[in-house]
Amino acid sequence: MLFFSFFKTLVDHKVTVELKNDIQIEGTLKSVDQYLNIKLDDITVVEEIRWPHLSSVKNIFIRGSVVRYVHLPAADVDTALLEDATRREAAQTSARARQG
Amino acid sequence: MSDTEDASAPQSEPLDLVRLCLDEIVFVRLRGDRELKGRLHAYDSHCNLVLGDVQETIYIVEDEEEDEEGTVRTVNKQSEMLFVRGDSVVLISPQGQP
Repeated sequence: MLFFSFFKTLVDHKVTVELKNDIQIEGTLKSVDQYLNIKLDDITVVEEIRWPHLSSVKNIFIRGSVVRYVHLPAADVDTALLEDATRREAAQTSARARQG
Repeated sequence: MSDTEDASAPQSEPLDLVRLCLDEIVFVRLRGDRELKGRLHAYDSHCNLVLGDVQETIYIVEDEEEDEEGTVRTVNKQSEMLFVRGDSVVLISPQGQP
């Protein structure tokens, strides 16, 4: 749930998604779901010469499982807040593991 | 098992080691002959990560015909903030070096 919430804070920001087949797609993050599937608007493919087959596509859905990286705008990420949220999630997860 | 919080049982599960690396430089090995070194800002139980000031190193083997071993070329890339999907992660190590 941590990264789902995290990505929701980045909606309407420019990101670059790098897929497991090496294609990099830059675009505006429009929505994300619990599987970290991603919807991007106004996309451009980095290295369009190598990957010309998406040049006419403007908005796309990316299945979460094919994502390798998402390059994020560092200025829009509050790292202290993110670390706190991570500790909270880790505490919750291990508490649940101890009960179960 | 006792239900007291972490203080009594440090490192009781593998991901506790990762928790101790928060805001520290970590070394991450990924599938596909890739390595990352950067500051860990977030992780979850799937090993999804967010790293800051990351250097990515990709190892590319260039095989020369009938040579027993090809030469390995490395490509380095820099990123200021990077989300890494957990299914690519092989290992996470606390120090900057493997």
